[in-house]
Amino acid sequence: MSIRERLSGNEAIALAIKQINPDVMPAFPITPSTEIPQFVANYIANGKMDTEFIPVESEHSSMSATVGASAAGARALTATSSCGMALMWEELYVAASNRLPLALALVNRALSGPININCDHSDSMGARDSGWLQIYAENNQEVYDNMVQAFRISEHKDVLLPIMICQDGFITSHAVENIELLEDAVVKNFVGEYEPENYLLNPEQPMAVGPYAVSNYYMETKMGQRAAMHNAKQVILDVAKEFEEISGRHYGFFEEYCLEDAEYAILIIGSAAGTCKDAIDALRAQGKKVGLLKLRVFRPFPAEEIAAALSHCKSLAIMDRSDSFNGNGGPLGAEVSQALYNARSSVLAVNYIYGLGGRDIRVEDFEDIYNRLETIAATGEITDQFDYIGLRK
Amino acid sequence: MAATDISKITEKSTWQDITPGNQVYGAGTSRSFKTGEWRTQTPVWIKEKCKQCLLCVPVCPDSSIPVKNCEREDFDYDHCKGCGICAKVCPFDSIDMKEGQ
Amino acid sequence: MATKYNFKEVMNKPERLAPGHRMCAGCGGTIAVRAVLRALHEGDKAVIGNATGCLEVSSFMYPYTAWEDSYIHNAFENAGATLSGVETAYNVLKKKGKIDDTYKFITFGGDGGTYDIGFQSLSGAMERGHDLVYVCYDNGAYMNTGIQRSSATPRFADTTTTPVGSQSNGKLQGRKDLAAIIAAHNVAYVGQTTFLGNFKDIHTKAESAIYTPGPAFLNIMAPCPRGWRYDASDIMTICKLAVETCYWPLFEVIEGKWILNYEPKKKLPIEDFLRAQGRFKHLFKPGNEHLIQQFQDEVDRRWEDLQYNCSRG
Repeated sequence: MSIRERLSGNEAIALAIKQINPDVMPAFPITPSTEIPQFVANYIANGKMDTEFIPVESEHSSMSATVGASAAGARALTATSSCGMALMWEELYVAASNRLPLALALVNRALSGPININCDHSDSMGARDSGWLQIYAENNQEVYDNMVQAFRISEHKDVLLPIMICQDGFITSHAVENIELLEDAVVKNFVGEYEPENYLLNPEQPMAVGPYAVSNYYMETKMGQRAAMHNAKQVILDVAKEFEEISGRHYGFFEEYCLEDAEYAILIIGSAAGTCKDAIDALRAQGKKVGLLKLRVFRPFPAEEIAAALSHCKSLAIMDRSDSFNGNGGPLGAEVSQALYNARSSVLAVNYIYGLGGRDIRVEDFEDIYNRLETIAATGEITDQFDYIGLRK
Repeated sequence: MAATDISKITEKSTWQDITPGNQVYGAGTSRSFKTGEWRTQTPVWIKEKCKQCLLCVPVCPDSSIPVKNCEREDFDYDHCKGCGICAKVCPFDSIDMKEGQ
Repeated sequence: MATKYNFKEVMNKPERLAPGHRMCAGCGGTIAVRAVLRALHEGDKAVIGNATGCLEVSSFMYPYTAWEDSYIHNAFENAGATLSGVETAYNVLKKKGKIDDTYKFITFGGDGGTYDIGFQSLSGAMERGHDLVYVCYDNGAYMNTGIQRSSATPRFADTTTTPVGSQSNGKLQGRKDLAAIIAAHNVAYVGQTTFLGNFKDIHTKAESAIYTPGPAFLNIMAPCPRGWRYDASDIMTICKLAVETCYWPLFEVIEGKWILNYEPKKKLPIEDFLRAQGRFKHLFKPGNEHLIQQFQDEVDRRWEDLQYNCSRG
């Protein structure tokens, strides 16, 4: 039994947080994620949540306090964007390496400079090596659904890794769309109670967290993290399956839109997928075999599954909403190319950067990209391996 | 989870035997590390002179003067680093510092 | 608030800092830790926080923990924020009936992690009113990384980033008065103390800090034999000189009221404190008398200011 509503992405994720009713939420404001702690503070002020909100004095402190609360045995999360995430960078690594199943509601925004409050993926992509689970959304429905699933994934005993639930700043976070919500009791039942096996406040047995360790231990600890990240793949699918049973909505590592028989494909993360789908609809009406792979789970990176889904395609444009400044492309470009290479794929792939600092990408831009892909497939030649879409030059 | 048995964790342990996130379950596992080996001078307790004033007890950085029934016992030589603070503090000259271990 | 001090009974309490940690022989830091933890009432549990520094790397080196209580080290600058999260978790879990026991929250930081890089996080924790104690073991420099100056280092001290040389007399600036800064946060309790006699001063202050509801701050002078350059066994003499020269006055601030705990009958010249430490050796070169006088003037001025604060009632 679902509830129909009209909410922005921030309202939707805040509502999910309300239904989850976590123990502790430290937070510091930063556009465009600010509304999330504000909504939560409002819910608490009106007795709708039992959560304790800590109005910390910086984002480094918001993740530090979240780490402390989670290690203590509480279900804890925070929210941030852009420079706020950059400020807590060291803490992201601490959270992951200490195997704390806490959560972060990330509203994607460009990193400075120049200071810019609009959407791109440089913040979360900048943290891709931190050991966090990363799940992205195209719209407010997916943000809500991902948040409801988040703790079930992170707290799983084979995982125990922190998780970030990402949405595009302003485009998703502030735009109001229709949404289907689950009832409070359904969410509560699905998420369950947090019952950690070991925690600081366990009166039966104390625990020490965060040692100094010599070189002879460090790599083994990292291998433990790697193994947990690997385990997360199956756990994500299992949780999604359970979620489908209560919601009717299906989730996996990615969504395939008209991909099954596509000759020319685009791979993308986030809200621009919606714009791409409009281009696909128009081109399909003209008989062009175009398709989309919209990546939902970036960490762990489902390399084999991506390569398999694209194996029949002739050409592919990997779309990055952040630049790695390696002269070659962006993070998705690197990781998808690695996946294709390892699978001995013959797909001709290019890597385009788009949407930096909130730069708009339009249906016509996607149509143009598909035309380019068609040419690449026909000639077998790539003239622009790497390009900035929408750049004035 | 049971308390970490640190005798099973060494710098040769496999990654599967390292506790997740390097967490240590339990407390006071440092006791098994013998810092007494660091000593270049050693306190000797002259029991006959000791008035059990206990002023040596709080000044030991290494918790190496055990107390039972409000009386001090002999030094914990497994851990005493020989800093000599206790000898200086004792008002009754009942602690001598000797060279060596 | 504090119970009557029975020295022998307190010494008889179970040890909450186990031996086997890697601190230097004669380190003031662990003397401070043992003293503070002795103030916990038996049966009360604790979660100990710790900023990166000498104490942290030496007391929890995988897999050896010297702590008999739960312990968390997070990073260098966030002991205040980390323990704020732990304390908040406790409040929530207690309210939900998931925890019965009484827990106290004590976080330790050196002057580096407290006066400097950890200043913001400490200020935030104090301002938000968490029921926790922040204990600064002040050894007057970033000792763990090799004796670099901090804002707690006294003027003219020879450190590795304020070395004495032909163009330099050591640290240019005086010490930051952190106890006063924290007192200005209107916290429940501030205590400045060190190691004296039967440790009554530090014990009663630690007990007040732990058991007064709300945020509390303890500033403990914890000499470092390596950084200050004195014979490790002389630590109690160093502490006594610090107090008798009024370099390190003993005072409390309880709900905004300043209380002087000790006034030396005969205030010793600061020279006596300086002469005992190698880091001030250069001040005794002929021609540097004016530097010692400058130091003395500063000690006198701060002592007068403190007496004024305490007299206001």
